[in-house]
Amino acid sequence: KKMEQFLLDLKQEQFNGSYDLAYKTINHLRKLISQTRWTHAQELMNTIKKEGKKMITAQPSEYVVGNMVRRVLKIIREEYVRLLGESEESANKESLHKMLTAEGNERDDHTKPLKELKTTVIEAVNEYIDEMEASIHNISAQAIEHIHSNEVILTLGKSRTVEAFLKQAAKKRKFHVIVVEGSPLYHGHELAKSLASKGIETTVITDTAIFAIMSRVNKVIIGTHSVLANGGLKAVNGAHMVALAASHHAVPLIVLGAMFKLCLLHYSDIGGSEATFNRLASPQEVLDYYDGGTEELVNVQIYSPTFDYVPPELVTLFISNIGGNAPSYMYRLLSELYHPDDHVL
Amino acid sequence: MATPATAPVNMNNGDAESLTSEQKKQLKKERRKEKNAQKEKHNIPSKPEGQEPKIEKSKAELRAERRAKQEADRAAKASKKSDQVAANTKQKGPRVPANIQADDPKVQKKAAKKLEKQQVPQRTEGQKKVALFSHLHQYERSLSITKNIGFGKNAIHPAIIRLGLQYAEGTVTGSNARCAALMSAICKLISDYETPPQKELSRHLESKLKPAISFLDQCRPLSVSMGSAIKYIKLQITNIPTGMSDSEAKLRLVKSLKEFVHVNIVLAGEAISGYACTKITDGDVVMVFGSSSLITKVLCDAHNAGIQFSVIVVDGRPKLSGRGTLRKLCRVGIKCSYVLVSAASYIMPEVTKVFLGAHGLLSNGYVMGSVGTSMVAMAAKIRGVPVIVCCEAYKFCERVQTDSFVNNEIGDPRDLLVQNKSELTSPLLTNTAWEETDSLKVLHLTYDVTPPDFVAMVVTELGKIPCTSVPVVLRVRSLET
Repeated sequence: KKMEQFLLDLKQEQFNGSYDLAYKTINHLRKLISQTRWTHAQELMNTIKKEGKKMITAQPSEYVVGNMVRRVLKIIREEYVRLLGESEESANKESLHKMLTAEGNERDDHTKPLKELKTTVIEAVNEYIDEMEASIHNISAQAIEHIHSNEVILTLGKSRTVEAFLKQAAKKRKFHVIVVEGSPLYHGHELAKSLASKGIETTVITDTAIFAIMSRVNKVIIGTHSVLANGGLKAVNGAHMVALAASHHAVPLIVLGAMFKLCLLHYSDIGGSEATFNRLASPQEVLDYYDGGTEELVNVQIYSPTFDYVPPELVTLFISNIGGNAPSYMYRLLSELYHPDDHVL
Repeated sequence: MATPATAPVNMNNGDAESLTSEQKKQLKKERRKEKNAQKEKHNIPSKPEGQEPKIEKSKAELRAERRAKQEADRAAKASKKSDQVAANTKQKGPRVPANIQADDPKVQKKAAKKLEKQQVPQRTEGQKKVALFSHLHQYERSLSITKNIGFGKNAIHPAIIRLGLQYAEGTVTGSNARCAALMSAICKLISDYETPPQKELSRHLESKLKPAISFLDQCRPLSVSMGSAIKYIKLQITNIPTGMSDSEAKLRLVKSLKEFVHVNIVLAGEAISGYACTKITDGDVVMVFGSSSLITKVLCDAHNAGIQFSVIVVDGRPKLSGRGTLRKLCRVGIKCSYVLVSAASYIMPEVTKVFLGAHGLLSNGYVMGSVGTSMVAMAAKIRGVPVIVCCEAYKFCERVQTDSFVNNEIGDPRDLLVQNKSELTSPLLTNTAWEETDSLKVLHLTYDVTPPDFVAMVVTELGKIPCTSVPVVLRVRSLET
């Protein structure tokens, strides 16, 4: 079945970046809403929670899956409340009276069966999918505000958002891009090739040369895997070194990310079987078996982390599809996206 | 003497040597007269056409004119010299070396002429230069530099040619290794050297050394350690007592060069190892970067002394020199880990100390090391991990630099484009992609400078000093010699 294939793909890390994963997840959830039988909102939410838990345990380090699940739950709650005829604001407002008189009335229960709920929920989810698809376009439309002529911009690895952003700016302005290779997968080479083919002056450097080059860089623009609740980043390996070098040379660090990347979780460096933040990839990319499998090197520990935590103090600006924000503001946007009752699934 | 009409008219260097000096002066004068004639006529006749009308003057008249002109020139030069001497004694600042003025055509022409005079082949510049480093030479390892080398009387000694090729190919790397190899090649050159009659050894030997050094510089830019060694050699040559016979002088020189290597590399290494081992304690997790012969020695000595510690080797592309360090340490039995530089901040919470080697220490306290050293030092400083640099005192140099741009070595960009043996999920740039796309450039830096506030301590054979004490050490050493 499709669901099992999706779970298997998650476990084996067979996807092309967070946008791809988010898109697949939300399509899955939409199918779930339309195809399963449910009578009222609470039953639907329980089904979604159950499926969501399965997906999250398949790959706990991919926060985007959890984001999608919680977003859908919030959509369901909103639609339910709207159909009941009450405004969304009054539903969310926590008055002292409500807190003291915890009655468990119908509104909080979500058990009233509503005929139009299915169609409205599916409509809202479709709207959200459209917003997600347009997010890259919305972000790159802001490119011309942030890049001016003859700037030297540094970027790391390959991010689809950054690629579109720079290409959009290159239509009107002339600037120079320095792309860091991004070991151990060296995605930076693909990005450099793609940018240079559009006529942008691109230079590829190794990640050892970041500090040396940083004195000439005007801005650092990177993409990210997810944005944490405190405004920190969960970005590709090597981003923390770039951020440190940028802060030492007082170069602004601009992060591009659509709103579906914003998640409720915070940074945790628990290791071992409970590790959810980082995952270690195959050491083949760092020291391949040909060299590392020899008798003298066979006891060497090789680390190849996939993600890096970048603390919010090092980030200057977030640019998302709804505009620019400081990292200290990101926690507020969480309340618009997710409902507090869904924090723990 | 041939008349001017039949004298060869194209004035390139090969033909010029066949003319006598008188003919050359003749033609020069005629050219000057043509230029004035051209200015009046406002047209540009070619040289043979311009020379015809001037043949009428007699030889005696021409000779008299020439003599008058020579006297005038000599008088002018004498007056200019006296002015210049007065000016020179006032402004005698340090000369800017030619290898960081690759974008100045005049300087480059002078340097090319100098190389030609010394019969040293000049390396061709690369095709795709990175604009940020246009002031530095950017070579590509395309054709062998020894393709056009001569074998005449003033040819470069074969030991030097071999050394130059070893440098260019990367067979001999690491500042200590390069310096020691240089000394042994120079020893060979000195032993094989025969003073020509009428010449003095101390003067002629130095002129023999100059083309050798230029050749080595063309193969690969000289390192700080090599520069220091060459200064020492020149000093030793000038200090030869005048009465000494040639064979004695040569023996003495060879002995002093071997002494230099022994004292400044071997004994200094022992002393530094002794000091640095006191800084490693049981249970330490030491982080090192790339390959440094001195750091490897320190760690091996510490392990042999019985201290229990583990090492994390950080490595960077494209040289991947950390793998050599990894092998050496594993062979001795030290517990090792291996990461790339992008994961240095990931692994930094585990680290207790960072030991770094240096290519050279600059006078303003900056540490010049292989590219990536500053990244590791930065990551360590943020977490409060002490950074200890180990460097022999002969690598201290008077240069000052604040960033890695003004003076660096640009390596072959194709080194970044080569496919690794393993099958990577995303292929590296291929040669064709790089060559075809005009706006795509690849930068291969060799060195970078680390600011002194990242470094806690420098261990030299003179003791443990802070980074900022480098000019003090330089002064002390210059007073000693």
